[in-house]
Amino acid sequence: MKIIKNLGLVIFLTGLAIWTASVFMGGFTLQQDQLDVFVSEKGIKSELITKKITEDVVGKTLGTFAFTGAIRNALAENNTYYDAQIAKYDAAKEWDKKGEQYQYRINDKDFQAFSFSLAKKAGTGFIVENKGLMWFLTFGLSILGALMFIFPNLVLLGKPGIKNDHIYHDAATNRGWIAWLVLIYLVLFYLVLYFNADYVVNWTFILDPISNALNGGDASQWFVYGFLYCTIMLTMAMRMYIKYRHNKYQIVRTTSVLFFQIVFAFLIPEIMSSLGKPGYDFKNAFPLDYDFFFEWNLETLTESGGLGIFILVWGVVLTLVIVPVMVYFFGKRWYCSWVCGCGGLAETLGDPYRQHSNKTMKAWKLERWLIHSVLAFSLVMTVVTLYCYFTGAESLLGINTQWIKDTYSFLIGAWFAGVIGTGFYPIFGNRVWCRFGCPLAAYLGFVQRFKSRFRITTNGGQCISCGNCSTYCEQGIDVRAYAQKGENIVRSSCVGCGVCSAVCPRGVLKLENGPEAGRINPTQVLLGNDVDLMDYVNNDQDVA
Amino acid sequence: MEEHIVIIGNGISGVTTARHIRKASDKKITIISAETDHFFSRTALMYIYMGHMKYEHTKPYEDYFWKKNRIDLKRAFVETVDHENKQLLLSGGEKMSYDKLVLAVGSTPNKFGWPGQDLEGVQGLYSKQDLDKLEANAPDNKTCKRAVVVGGGLIGIEMVEMLLTRDIPVTFLVRENNFWNGVLPIGESQMLNRHIKSHHVDLRLGFNLDSILADDNGKVRAVTIKETGEEIACNVVGLTAGVSPNVAFLKDSGIEIGRGIKVNPMLETNIKDIYAIGDCAEQHEGINGRRPIEAVWYTGRMMGEALAQTLTGKPTAYNPGHWFNSAKFMDIEYQTYGWVFSKPKEGNTHFHWMHKDDNKCITIEMQEGTRKFIGINNFGIRLRHELFDRWLTEGQTTDYVLEHLKDANFDPELYAHYEKEILAEYNKQYGTSLAPKKKSWKRIFA
Ligand SMILES: Cc1cc2nc3c(=O)[nH]c(=O)nc-3n(C[C@H](O)[C@H](O)[C@H](O)COP(=O)(O)OP(=O)(O)OC[C@H]3O[C@@H](n4cnc5c(N)ncnc54)[C@H](O)[C@@H]3O)c2cc1C
Ligand code: SF4
Ligand code: SF4
Repeated sequence: MKIIKNLGLVIFLTGLAIWTASVFMGGFTLQQDQLDVFVSEKGIKSELITKKITEDVVGKTLGTFAFTGAIRNALAENNTYYDAQIAKYDAAKEWDKKGEQYQYRINDKDFQAFSFSLAKKAGTGFIVENKGLMWFLTFGLSILGALMFIFPNLVLLGKPGIKNDHIYHDAATNRGWIAWLVLIYLVLFYLVLYFNADYVVNWTFILDPISNALNGGDASQWFVYGFLYCTIMLTMAMRMYIKYRHNKYQIVRTTSVLFFQIVFAFLIPEIMSSLGKPGYDFKNAFPLDYDFFFEWNLETLTESGGLGIFILVWGVVLTLVIVPVMVYFFGKRWYCSWVCGCGGLAETLGDPYRQHSNKTMKAWKLERWLIHSVLAFSLVMTVVTLYCYFTGAESLLGINTQWIKDTYSFLIGAWFAGVIGTGFYPIFGNRVWCRFGCPLAAYLGFVQRFKSRFRITTNGGQCISCGNCSTYCEQGIDVRAYAQKGENIVRSSCVGCGVCSAVCPRGVLKLENGPEAGRINPTQVLLGNDVDLMDYVNNDQDVA
Repeated sequence: MEEHIVIIGNGISGVTTARHIRKASDKKITIISAETDHFFSRTALMYIYMGHMKYEHTKPYEDYFWKKNRIDLKRAFVETVDHENKQLLLSGGEKMSYDKLVLAVGSTPNKFGWPGQDLEGVQGLYSKQDLDKLEANAPDNKTCKRAVVVGGGLIGIEMVEMLLTRDIPVTFLVRENNFWNGVLPIGESQMLNRHIKSHHVDLRLGFNLDSILADDNGKVRAVTIKETGEEIACNVVGLTAGVSPNVAFLKDSGIEIGRGIKVNPMLETNIKDIYAIGDCAEQHEGINGRRPIEAVWYTGRMMGEALAQTLTGKPTAYNPGHWFNSAKFMDIEYQTYGWVFSKPKEGNTHFHWMHKDDNKCITIEMQEGTRKFIGINNFGIRLRHELFDRWLTEGQTTDYVLEHLKDANFDPELYAHYEKEILAEYNKQYGTSLAPKKKSWKRIFA
């Protein structure tokens, strides 16, 4: 069994190595006619760009970085030229002429998309010619290897039950060198995905056939991300199924997140766009879905007929009615650990790292500040956007709509949710985003804390303060602090993953939905002691 | 100046006392311990060795807690107690005065005078130091090719489980003919026998340790068994044949000592202003049918809760409610509420149900005839403490308890339920025709 496991590791790493190496493989040969079509399709007005690209790129076969570098360089030179023109006309106070220059500039943040689109046309060589084989060598080997690594656990972990042996002995799960390597890989991955997708255009070739089959178009970097996301969740879900095979709550919950990710977040949107409809993830609720009220989305939806209007109404109802009502009955877990995609990745890929969440009081304070700030940020952004959308203004109270949207997308959407939220799994735990950043979680948290039937019941006086529950709470809740006082856990941040209850060796914790009365039950002296003493101390309101 | 209360021992009983004194007063509080700087959970020692947690995680309170609550911590060993001058002599010669003294000094592992019991590689499992020792003695199965654990109790089985996680072969010597049969009814003990063996443990039931043999370097090399004379080669011997109050340092202090520190229900010793609680305290007579010495976590905590009231002006006897306890035997969780004896007490009888998977069972002790509920042992199924506590107070019958068993189920949601099966078996044995009632929140919160 150990041999199969180790062999699996080797195969997995081989797949991962080929995947990584594929970035550097192949060549890019841009033809003149490809460039011309692109220029006319995109309505590019600057001849400088066309000229420079024709000179430096067309007809040559370049490597990934030479190619994207040359394109970006052409764009940069173009901008330098027109910036100079603008400055010149500005000095000369020739406002009309100055105004004309702007149409020739390319927005800096569009460089990667520009370069990506050209690279996608220009790709040649082994990968482009052997997409199926490359899929097997990358995805295929990695999945196979991972499964070979995971399945022997059925035997190696021993009989069903909680098996957290050696988590704090292993360099992968105890913040050792493996954890740091994984962190670096993940962070680089997200940096490339969000900010330099043109570097990894080769990855998209590998998934073109699947993308074509699903939505009739070639794969974009977002398709790659979506597919990868589903694959990783699916593979790591197998690990969950084996690890928690004695625990039906975990099994059903894992199946649920898997279903919502693959069907709702991935398949339905792909199929919708293949039908020429807006690709919408029906479970993604605002404000997690922070661009739901952005102009472009509102425009797309209002232009898409009945379906668009339905989505618009659904999105609003989801956030305002469905989400809070469900939280009232089941706690925020129905979303965070049964439905949500971010939660889904955290509960599968992230499960080996759940113990790294910080349990200190300081971290809790930071959490409350941060997450509520992000919620406020997202709401302000949305108000500004909507105001500007309906009035046609550029800003509200001095806040520029474009600026605030860009800032949010960059800081919160890319850095917080992606680079930090997932990239830092191996060191800070798997729910950094969900705990500190997600505005939807903040909103659900209010409902859960103040108006919900959900609680984690503490079983009388049975707690032995061992600390397993706190250690394995991914949300950094010091569960033991409540359990050892005989007090129920009613915390806004609890995502109801149920792992505290699973790891408790004394059967102290139960997630349940019950009457609101008696849900919050501060106690001082625990069940099992003298009845009079319990009455006396627990009813004494002055006690700290 | 505020009265100075000194507590020796930073375990659950000492710390609970300190916390509750602080809640109710501004008295000066000092906790002395030789073991660790901060309170940690002794019950979690096994998880550190197994790699589920680090020592840090076993501390129930963050380090800032003590200063914030003005509880002074002192790391030192108390050599002697001089009650005439109300003074303690600490290791290193330092002295400390007290106005009131609380002895919460815990236990030490039993040693029954076996030849070789002090050899290198022979150890108990009680303190943080014991854990460090085990880490040194048995880091892996190259250093420790086999371990022998002596004594089939709760700590013994934990030690076995620990060693198995390092792939160390373990021989488990149990004096009784079935595991923990002094406490558990036979059906349960036998289920645990099978469970232990299924983890590839060399379980020797009905065997006693005879002697421990040394190699040339004074390290353990083998043990011999009394009944057969067999010699078992090993590198580590775990002595887990129970614990006794840790009272050696009090021998000549004038404080009355039996097996433990003798106390009355007010937890007072024979000497004014000196109290004893937790594992180390011995009642003159057991309270409410309990044993005079109760060496479990919960009772230490409850004594602490009670004593703190006394020390802050509200004299309170130690008067625990219904007995409860819990443990885990490898993969099988165990809870108990009320009393279930290994053999039913005079006038009582047992109802036993076992699941076909051989990892879940319950035993109920009840009065014969009236079927009044006395207590339950539940294995592999979690039950709600609050309800059993109430049912015991109300003096419910077993019929009532089983009918309402769904209310008391505490397993995670979506788990399979066994109430129906249990009732079917009960109906068969007692000729009743009970059916489980649907779970009712109204009743649970009544
Ligand atoms: C491995 C293990 C697992 C256990 N699991 C469970 C369980 O699951 N459930 C359960 O109910 N119980 C369990 N127990 C028993 C439970 O831990 C004890 O009953 C409880 O910890 C006793 O607490 P205490 O405060 O009385 O004493 P202790 O926790 O023993 O604290 C006494 C402290 O006093 C210190 N001390 C003693 N003498 C001196 C001195 N002269 N000077 C300075 N310091 C001194 C000691 O070093 C020690 O730190 C377990 C015990 C062990 C060892
Ligand atoms: S408190 Fe328990 S259920 Fe809630 S997030 Fe933490 S581990 Fe999960
Ligand atoms: S895991 Fe269970 S026994 Fe341990 S501290 Fe948490 S609630 Fe208490």
